[in-house]
Amino acid sequence: MQKVFGYPRSLTPKRTHYCPGCTHGIIHRLIAEAIDDLGIQEQTVGIAPVGCAVLAYEYFDVDFQEAAHGRAPAVATGIKRVHPEAIVFSYQGDGDLASIGTAEIIHAAARGENITVIFINNTVYGMTGGQMAPTTLPGQKTTTSPYGRDITKVGYPIRVCEMLATLDGPAYIERVSVHDPKHIIKAGRAIRKAFEMQIAGKGFSLVEVLSTCPTNWGLTPVKALERLKEEMIPYYPLGVFRSTEEVAKE
Amino acid sequence: MERVMMKGNEALAEGAIRAGCRFFFGYPITPQNEIPEYMARRMPEVNGVFIQAESEVSAINMVYGAGGAGGRALTSSSSPGISLKQEGISYLAGAQVPCVIVNVARGGPGLGGLTPSQSDYFQATKGGGHGDYHLIVYAPGTGQEMVDLIGLAFDKAEEYRNPVMILTDAIMGQMMEPVILPPIREVTTEKPWATTGKKGRAKPNLINSLGIIGEDLARINIELQEKYRKIETNEIRYEADGTGDADLIVVAYGTTSRVARSAINMLRAEGKKVGLLRPITLWPFPKQILADLAAQGKRFLVVEMSVGQLVEDVILAVNDRAKVDFFGKLNGTVPTVREVYNTINALLQKGGA
Repeated sequence: MQKVFGYPRSLTPKRTHYCPGCTHGIIHRLIAEAIDDLGIQEQTVGIAPVGCAVLAYEYFDVDFQEAAHGRAPAVATGIKRVHPEAIVFSYQGDGDLASIGTAEIIHAAARGENITVIFINNTVYGMTGGQMAPTTLPGQKTTTSPYGRDITKVGYPIRVCEMLATLDGPAYIERVSVHDPKHIIKAGRAIRKAFEMQIAGKGFSLVEVLSTCPTNWGLTPVKALERLKEEMIPYYPLGVFRSTEEVAKE
Repeated sequence: MERVMMKGNEALAEGAIRAGCRFFFGYPITPQNEIPEYMARRMPEVNGVFIQAESEVSAINMVYGAGGAGGRALTSSSSPGISLKQEGISYLAGAQVPCVIVNVARGGPGLGGLTPSQSDYFQATKGGGHGDYHLIVYAPGTGQEMVDLIGLAFDKAEEYRNPVMILTDAIMGQMMEPVILPPIREVTTEKPWATTGKKGRAKPNLINSLGIIGEDLARINIELQEKYRKIETNEIRYEADGTGDADLIVVAYGTTSRVARSAINMLRAEGKKVGLLRPITLWPFPKQILADLAAQGKRFLVVEMSVGQLVEDVILAVNDRAKVDFFGKLNGTVPTVREVYNTINALLQKGGA
């Protein structure tokens, strides 16, 4: 019998600490599958963020560095410059990347740093208990926007892909979602593509993955997936925002 | 060996290159700009990496990545920039990442000024960032020591897997002196812990300072403290000049040790028994020699370009066994030889009481 489906080699057998219904586990698996498919497990170095995925290094069977909050792109830069042949990726949430780490992500992208960033957007600070994130939607209730995000007082959510796509440095930027199997497969392809860009030395690649946080949203896992589809995607449209390959075609 | 005339900052930068440093991450701030400018020119010549980071915060985190990946990584800055780096320095200490950080200090607090100062002594020697940790801190007293200590700093950083700081100031950085440059060294340190990609290793390597599971944090701290005790036992460096027969010993490092030495030479020419104790490592601090000299009945004068920071360590080391006086100049002003000469003379005339 031919084996058609198995546990990714690049994941450890550890059980994750993520809440029931959280999509981090799916995204971890997609990354591990891409690493396996591309045969880069032995040369990959990951950077874990501060946030729910702070223990990501427990779940990937690759070398890892744990970064300070928001600093992963700078840490990734240091690793990549020492080992240009290594495949370096950071895994960052929306508080980490789009709030405290804005300088690091913008300048890593502007430099065209040949790294891959997996950016998890679930519109909330998960680990610290559901505070407002830079990606929290207008009107969304969180522990620090208990009356709903009031755009007249705290401004608007940040669309990271659109913002970074204005720069000349990035080689590949795509936003994907994991709310159903069809989109999960698409997300997997985008992540793989991002790694391929790095392997080919094209420069900075980022995949934003729209994700759920049932615990802090106060929704069941199924309702959370529905919210992602119905509320998040209209604000954060899916698609490729920049690809140097397509630019070359124009 | 070449003998050349160089600014302190450039001597330090070339010293780092000769010691095998190939990764520099910096950000402009006066009075250390000669270091990144020199590195921007020099690194491409030796196949090294120079990055002007978007901030001091990013620069120190690039050092974290590069040092954790096994590279000899350096960053330099001046006081306000070093404050920005403290988060990263705490993580470097916690994750035991070897690297070297240079502080060409200027006066503070806040934006302060551009003139030389020694008011970052506490920040350098007592931690600086959050948590129980120490850097090894070297204080060069000459252009030659800028070269020699930066080389030693990289070796000790890797030997102990600990960040090392060079604490100097605007005068030492800007002043030109003849220095002898060693040949470029090949670095062959084994770093089995570095994140290189697994490359066939059974277990992945991890650079990390998180200790939230069980007794992890206690274990990390016990390990760090054991390392610090070892460093205190093995790595103390100081220069004792004429301390044997001295009645009064001046304690000073870096720029002020040079001013003090000139004053001491004048006084000794007059037959007065004055010596100099110059800490070269500010941490670990040369406590024992100070305690021993105190037990021999010496008295001390601490000369600093601050309102008194080093003096606290001297008082602790002497532990009430001897009198410790202080002469400090506030940020932005440098003590003159005459001022130090007069201060010592006045103390000698007052007697030991």
